[in-house]
Amino acid sequence: MPLYSETIHSLHEKLREGTVTSTMITQSVLDRISEVDGKVRCYLTVTREAALEAAGQSDERFRKGDVSSPLDGIPLGIKDIFLTEGVRTTAGSRILENFVPPYDGTPVSRLKKAGAVITGKLNMDEFAMGSSNENSGFFPTLNPWDKARVPGGSSGGSAAAVAAGEAIATLGTDTGGSIRQPASHCGVVGLKPTYGRVSRYGVIAFASSLDQVGPLTRDVRDCAIMLKAIAGHDPADSTSARVPVPDYPSLLTGDISGMKIGLPVEYFPEGLDPEVEAPVRKAAEALEKRGASLVSVSLPSTRYAVATYYIIAPAEASSNLARYDGVKYGVRLSDQGGLLEMYRQTRSKGFGPEVKRRIMLGTFALSAGYYDAYYGKAQRVRTLIRREFEEVFSKVDLLLSPASPTPAFPLGDRVEDPLRMYMCDMFTIPVNIAGLAAVSLPCGLTPGNLPVGVQLIGPAFREEVLLNAAYAYEGERGEFPNCKVL
Amino acid sequence: MEYTAVIGLEVHAQLQTDSKIFCGCSTRFGQEPNVNTCPVCLGMPGVLPVLNKRVVDYTLMMGLATHCRIAAESVFARKNYFYPDLPKGYQISQYERPICEEGWVEIPVQGGARKIRITRIHMEEDAGKLVHEGGGGAASLVDLNRAGVPLMEIVSEPDIRSPEEARAYMQTLRDIVVYLGICDGNMEEGSLRCDANISIMPAGSETFGTRTEIKNMNSFRYLAQALEYEIQRQTEVLEDGGRIIQETRLFDSAKGVTASMRGKEEAHDYRYFPEPDLVPIRIDPEWVDRIGAEIPELRSEKIARYVQDLGLPEYDAEVLTGEPGTARFFEDILAHGVEPKKVSNWVMGEYTRLLKDKGMETARISPEQVAGIIRMVDASTVSVSGAKQVFEEVFLTGKDPDAIVREKGLAQVSDEGAIEEEIKAILEANPQQVEQYRDGQEKVLGYFVGQVMKATRGRANPRLVNEILIKKLKGE
Repeated sequence: MPLYSETIHSLHEKLREGTVTSTMITQSVLDRISEVDGKVRCYLTVTREAALEAAGQSDERFRKGDVSSPLDGIPLGIKDIFLTEGVRTTAGSRILENFVPPYDGTPVSRLKKAGAVITGKLNMDEFAMGSSNENSGFFPTLNPWDKARVPGGSSGGSAAAVAAGEAIATLGTDTGGSIRQPASHCGVVGLKPTYGRVSRYGVIAFASSLDQVGPLTRDVRDCAIMLKAIAGHDPADSTSARVPVPDYPSLLTGDISGMKIGLPVEYFPEGLDPEVEAPVRKAAEALEKRGASLVSVSLPSTRYAVATYYIIAPAEASSNLARYDGVKYGVRLSDQGGLLEMYRQTRSKGFGPEVKRRIMLGTFALSAGYYDAYYGKAQRVRTLIRREFEEVFSKVDLLLSPASPTPAFPLGDRVEDPLRMYMCDMFTIPVNIAGLAAVSLPCGLTPGNLPVGVQLIGPAFREEVLLNAAYAYEGERGEFPNCKVL
Repeated sequence: MEYTAVIGLEVHAQLQTDSKIFCGCSTRFGQEPNVNTCPVCLGMPGVLPVLNKRVVDYTLMMGLATHCRIAAESVFARKNYFYPDLPKGYQISQYERPICEEGWVEIPVQGGARKIRITRIHMEEDAGKLVHEGGGGAASLVDLNRAGVPLMEIVSEPDIRSPEEARAYMQTLRDIVVYLGICDGNMEEGSLRCDANISIMPAGSETFGTRTEIKNMNSFRYLAQALEYEIQRQTEVLEDGGRIIQETRLFDSAKGVTASMRGKEEAHDYRYFPEPDLVPIRIDPEWVDRIGAEIPELRSEKIARYVQDLGLPEYDAEVLTGEPGTARFFEDILAHGVEPKKVSNWVMGEYTRLLKDKGMETARISPEQVAGIIRMVDASTVSVSGAKQVFEEVFLTGKDPDAIVREKGLAQVSDEGAIEEEIKAILEANPQQVEQYRDGQEKVLGYFVGQVMKATRGRANPRLVNEILIKKLKGE
């Protein structure tokens, strides 16, 4: 097996044994990027030299026996929403096409501190608004399983890079499903941790009360390793929780006997794509085989989740994106015609159509006279949805559902129909609304050879339970095929 | 018709914390542009605010000093609007759940005091400032040193009834923040700013008229002047059968008038919503108690004590408490056991004069040294004029007063024998004047006193000089 398609933990073994070096692994990944990125288009920026330099430093640490993290020397790709000191960071937007940050965000600096090698910045839907990567201000990333199809989004570049061997693992963000949906479309593991589990400092904000950072990996153990490295309170993020971080990898026992797993009826609606439903139900049975019991549960407020989300997220975004005004950094269009004209030109041309749509939605929802009817009401529904989850988690340990209602869809299929695009996230959005943790795992292929993802949802700050069940499932499922379409 | 003015003030006080409200940058004034900035106060992508706890402490202190109800839980909100001096495109402020509500202060009015109710006090960040370069709007530059400097906004109920009351209210707030040490109270430099809402109604009516909001009054005088003008203007509009338009008006201090800035229709919709990047502030009773214990004696309390307990005239009490530093200096001298009125005279007299004349912020003289000088006068060790010389020298140099007395030979001669010697010699040398005195021209005495003082270089105890001279002139 080529080094670029191995896992973090298998490479770590080899690094420890001294049979490979970080430089070899990094070179393998960089060569792979040269070979296939022209076809998949995951990367917005490749940081070749910096990666090889970091790999050399890691090799030095291995020689000295000065290694403490399983991420030391591992090449990782970073979604272009994370600020990276000295490396252009665009959030997939033209308005930031020239923005070079003066600092590293907390998740990135934690990965760097662990010795990880950063290979570059990954494509995404502009400001993380989208479910297909077609909203990137630069170019769409393609699904490595079928290049006529989307990789999902908004962390499409992050998911496709793991699937295509262009990074060992990647970092993404998930506001309404932006890690789990592309993970499901690309056949990789994607974790959205509990809100507050990972610092958002230095992560370009889309919707502050929903955004959360998480890993995309080849297997559950890698996911646990990544989470361990990035999780924990950060004084720079007041919303990051002061909850102790368990040693996730060592808690992967695979023992889930006695665990109760709920299947919410609302997440298996009538008319659900059978190509999705069949492998997801099979995954539930696999968990049952491992000693878990399956229970049918109901979360009736789920059907309001998408509507609630499309009030709260755009409202917060309309405010978060106000700073891109052409004054201090990023692109400024038109210095003529005064301040208003500069604002108008910069923001009309700098933002893409979906971003502008959401800024308008959010501005409207917060306007005087509409606030209570929209934003206020959405917050109240949010409370209802959260309570409903709390209640169901008093009866079951985890919930199981499809990650996405369909497999990866063809490019261009939904661009003209925002509502259909928004429905891609119907099973993932409620988790963000309630601030819970959830993981998407590959659970099968459609007859057309497209990956399908199963979603496990856990209570807040119980990622170790979630990951252990995922790990048990993975053991039962066996090796998931690598994509070969490339 | 007679009209009554109805006025409410919104006062912004810049809090004197070392660092900004949501980042660690310095709040130091007068730096090079954009020196006191970091990614957070520059509104870079990805940054998050972290609340400076001192800002909460200070605002709590103000809330307690103004008898407010303190919220158990308080929330920040975003106020959204576009302007180049606002780096994030929103200001982090408070909206629905401010930290302090429903307080009051008492202001002095003719023949007593009035209570002015305070609606709310909340915390927020300041914006930066634009510097316009060249003529014809060639370029505007942005200085974000001030962006993120903590502000406290104090909103009053429309309880104020005249420009004089508005001024007294403003003065009362200034006294409180200055005594609490949370704001330097400088209106000219903008550390203390105020906007006014003002309407008029027929005297005796209880229905408020349509109000206007007046901005840009950066001194006590301008506040009163702007309100006077606005009352006059509104009265004229109504008298002419017109209607007051709800609008924001700007005070032009050069012309002494207010002019329309924007109408109600052009008012911003700030689209307030709770700030999702900050968690609610929970204020437990222990926090409130701890801050309550830090509140010092305020100016109004000091004035009352100086009059009642120290027996000072009201005028002295007011002057001495004008600035907390002066009051502290006064009390520190008092602690050395000298008579209050004498201390008051020195502090209000020489001390204040020298501070002003020499343009100094602080004197080198210590309270102990002042007390020492007062004792020298009491003991007739130096004359009052000698003491003033000593005072000035110590004030400027901080040198030991006794040493100065020695060096300058200012010690008063109270040795009767020595004075008698000098007088004898002078009388002998001026027989003509002695004759004149004895012929009834008693004012010649002044001439002799002058001669004696000259001969003793001002050191002779004037009381003794007088006594002995008279004795000698009459006795011989």
